[in-house]
Amino acid sequence: MAAEANSNTSLDTFPKYLIENARVRGDRPAMREKDLGIWQVWTWSEMAEEILNLAAGLIELGVKRGDKVAIVGDNRPRLYWTMVAAQAVGAVPVPTYQDSVADEMQYVLEHAEVKVAIVEDQEQVDKMLEVKDRCPNLETIIYDEGRGMRDYGDYDFIHNFVDVQAKGQAHRNQNSGDLKQAIADGHGEEIAIMLYTSGTTGRPKGVMLSQNNLVKAGKESVKLEGLDDTEDTLAYLPMAWVGDHIFSIAQAYTAGYCVNIPEAPDTILTDLREIGPTYYFAPPRIFENLLTTITIRMEDASSIKRGIFQYFMDHAKRVGVDILDGKPVGMMDKLKYMLGDFMIYGPLKNSLGMSRVKLGYTAGEAIGPEIFAFYRSIGINLKQLYGQTESSVFITIQPNGEIRSDTVGRPFTDVEINVADNGEIMYRGPYTFVAYYKNEEATKETKTDDGWVHTGDAGFLDDEGHLRIIDRAKDVGKLNDGAMFAPKYVENKLKFFPIVKEVVTFGDQKDNATAFVNIDLEAVGSWAERNDLAYSGYADLAGRKEVYDLIQDCVEKVNEDLSTDSHLSSSQIKRFLILHKELDADDGELTRTRKVRRKFIAERYDQLIDALYSDKPEVHVDAEVTFEDGRKGRITADLPIRDAKCFDVQPHLKKAS
Amino acid sequence: MARPEAGDVILKVENISLSFGGVKALSDISFEAREHQLTAIIGPNGAGKSSMLNCIQGFYHPQEGTITYRGIVRKPEKSHEAARNGIARTFQNIALFKGMSTLDNIMTGRNTKMKSNVFLDALYLGPSLKQELEHREKAEQIIEFLEINSIRKTPVGRLPYGLQKRVELGRALAAEPDVLLLDEPMAGMNIEEKEDMCRFVLDVNEEFGTTIVLIEHDMGVVMDISDHVVVLDYGKKLADGAPDEVRNNQDVIDAYLGVAHD
Repeated sequence: MAAEANSNTSLDTFPKYLIENARVRGDRPAMREKDLGIWQVWTWSEMAEEILNLAAGLIELGVKRGDKVAIVGDNRPRLYWTMVAAQAVGAVPVPTYQDSVADEMQYVLEHAEVKVAIVEDQEQVDKMLEVKDRCPNLETIIYDEGRGMRDYGDYDFIHNFVDVQAKGQAHRNQNSGDLKQAIADGHGEEIAIMLYTSGTTGRPKGVMLSQNNLVKAGKESVKLEGLDDTEDTLAYLPMAWVGDHIFSIAQAYTAGYCVNIPEAPDTILTDLREIGPTYYFAPPRIFENLLTTITIRMEDASSIKRGIFQYFMDHAKRVGVDILDGKPVGMMDKLKYMLGDFMIYGPLKNSLGMSRVKLGYTAGEAIGPEIFAFYRSIGINLKQLYGQTESSVFITIQPNGEIRSDTVGRPFTDVEINVADNGEIMYRGPYTFVAYYKNEEATKETKTDDGWVHTGDAGFLDDEGHLRIIDRAKDVGKLNDGAMFAPKYVENKLKFFPIVKEVVTFGDQKDNATAFVNIDLEAVGSWAERNDLAYSGYADLAGRKEVYDLIQDCVEKVNEDLSTDSHLSSSQIKRFLILHKELDADDGELTRTRKVRRKFIAERYDQLIDALYSDKPEVHVDAEVTFEDGRKGRITADLPIRDAKCFDVQPHLKKAS
Repeated sequence: MARPEAGDVILKVENISLSFGGVKALSDISFEAREHQLTAIIGPNGAGKSSMLNCIQGFYHPQEGTITYRGIVRKPEKSHEAARNGIARTFQNIALFKGMSTLDNIMTGRNTKMKSNVFLDALYLGPSLKQELEHREKAEQIIEFLEINSIRKTPVGRLPYGLQKRVELGRALAAEPDVLLLDEPMAGMNIEEKEDMCRFVLDVNEEFGTTIVLIEHDMGVVMDISDHVVVLDYGKKLADGAPDEVRNNQDVIDAYLGVAHD
């Protein structure tokens, strides 16, 4: 790109990138959304018009430089436009998780001093009205979807998105200068976005990322991976999550590629297949779920099909990864792989919507080695990266050809990594956040004066300079005999079994490790069906002896595996139980990004934990649950407790790294 | 939540009696349904609710009495003629084309609005193509309205019951009716499905101003959503009025809760 060389210095904000993209690649698609069954396209110049009209509309509504604009809803084109429109007038977008209940949302709106909220539909408008009294700064509500909104005419502070845009257009026709000036006034030091981290403990914190942080993160990552304006991505992850912001805004604007928006949350798989993204991001959970679905469907297939599938998958396992990495492979194996690609891998990738994927990322949590190898072996260039909101995502990234399932790769361009004495990973670089909003104390705790940021994760750099993560630093505990206990490490090992959905282990300051297990209803349900096991629901299935036998197998396999690791052999699980309900964010047991809230669970289910450390064969539970609509109910059950076999330490085996 | 204002009487039932041989299904029933309102017909099993609906639709022709729709007395009609006149319905037992997709089922509801020409249609030319696009757009609007995008291409036979009911409502809506007759739209549903269905019925009424006449078993549902309730028992009308009036009517309480015979 020739334009980049001379415009590098002036392109320091996303609104400037928008105008540049409209100029350089005005006719290329910038965004697609499926509406009324058809993919509607906005080119860069059309999208720029939409965004500038909205920005001028915000000026008309009295939005000033530095004001906060909340964005609430599923991934929608207009909500993405809002981000850059707000930046254009110097305001700061604050996307929030749209599935949070009114109270959680109220905290964010009040803390961020949000002045304007742009929301998806009537449901979110109602939520805003519910909390408006407690948010003194909230002056204006703008909605995208008009359905059900016709009775809100009495509220003069509620506006339709298109009306705001129309006013904006009129404003631009009259005095076009002030918006241009506002965009020109924007600079790299300005706050580009505030993202509230869901936080496993305490109240959410507002991470402030500057235009410099995000523009540079976008530009460098695009350069590193060789992405350009021909890429297609699918924006389906929550807009309030930093990852989505990087993939759908930062990289999209700096590379100029097209972001595709699914029709509805439950059509994602169909949309994925129709779009066939070239660049794809998903947390490990989604790759796991897809693989589970494939496994279940193959088990239901005829024996011939199953045979062919098995034969070629075995072949892919042997040579697929080497072929992807460009390592030398025998001629015969290559031919056989090509045949496999024609018969199995190609169609499989197609039905997953991954035929065109050049690059796939997974991050957020550890991915199972088998799952990782599965996708790579069929020719999908899946990589792990390690990052967090505070680092504008990128801390480390796996370079091509150096991809292993147990490390997260080398430091990203210009990032320095340091491991503190207590094993905590720290980093420094141009992408680190400015500060937490109105929370100096937390900022000081996290970011040192010379720019090092505490990640809170424990890990180490291996001999080749790859980072390996063990666990959350604060979660790494000690058993009573002094041995290290890394709960998440153990939990992840167990979660790699498709029948296990979630695990919580305990062991810090105890004699041995124990676990709560959540079964995966789909996988275990299908197993039960094949084995003629009738059940009435989740709680019933979870309590079955046969299911306990299955889980016990998994636990013992993990124990055997752990016994070979000299650091963690004491973390073997001695006793476990299967919970009667799925852990749920609505009950506060998981965060909105579905991470386990260990402390909360330990308090809530303390009687179960006591029982795990007794010799009782079962325990009675009586717990309150919250339904999706906010109502509460109670569940009671008797849960059996099982002992699992533990293995002696096998120090003669090589450490599993 | 404000609902559309009640308009003029759109449907007037006067002294209707219907019998099958010696069985008297309906005797001497009269009530009125106003435009944009939600009228519910309730009653125990065998009270004559479905017969009443069939009479309104024109499928049954009562031996006595008249039904006036928009000031015109209704004569016996085929279902598609009724549909063309602005009356569409759903059935107590789902009557969809099981092998066809959701989208195709809804497209069949557009049938009365389509003009066909064998030659042009066969070649899929000019007006035929344009017509298909228009109808498809309308069908897609309904799909979005009822939030069934994810099952657009799924054969209806594979869908759970609650969703099939929703598709059936979609097909009735596709005819863009003035009056929508719903025969037990919530029968056999769980609470969550019922709540969804109620929401959609109310949304239809609010968004399109459609007059709705529905039959329902579930008293709770009826009292919550209707403007006007007609209670039938053994083919006779017990009561007629606003939900609150009907709730406190002694005859209704007796019919529903039973009465001590002494």
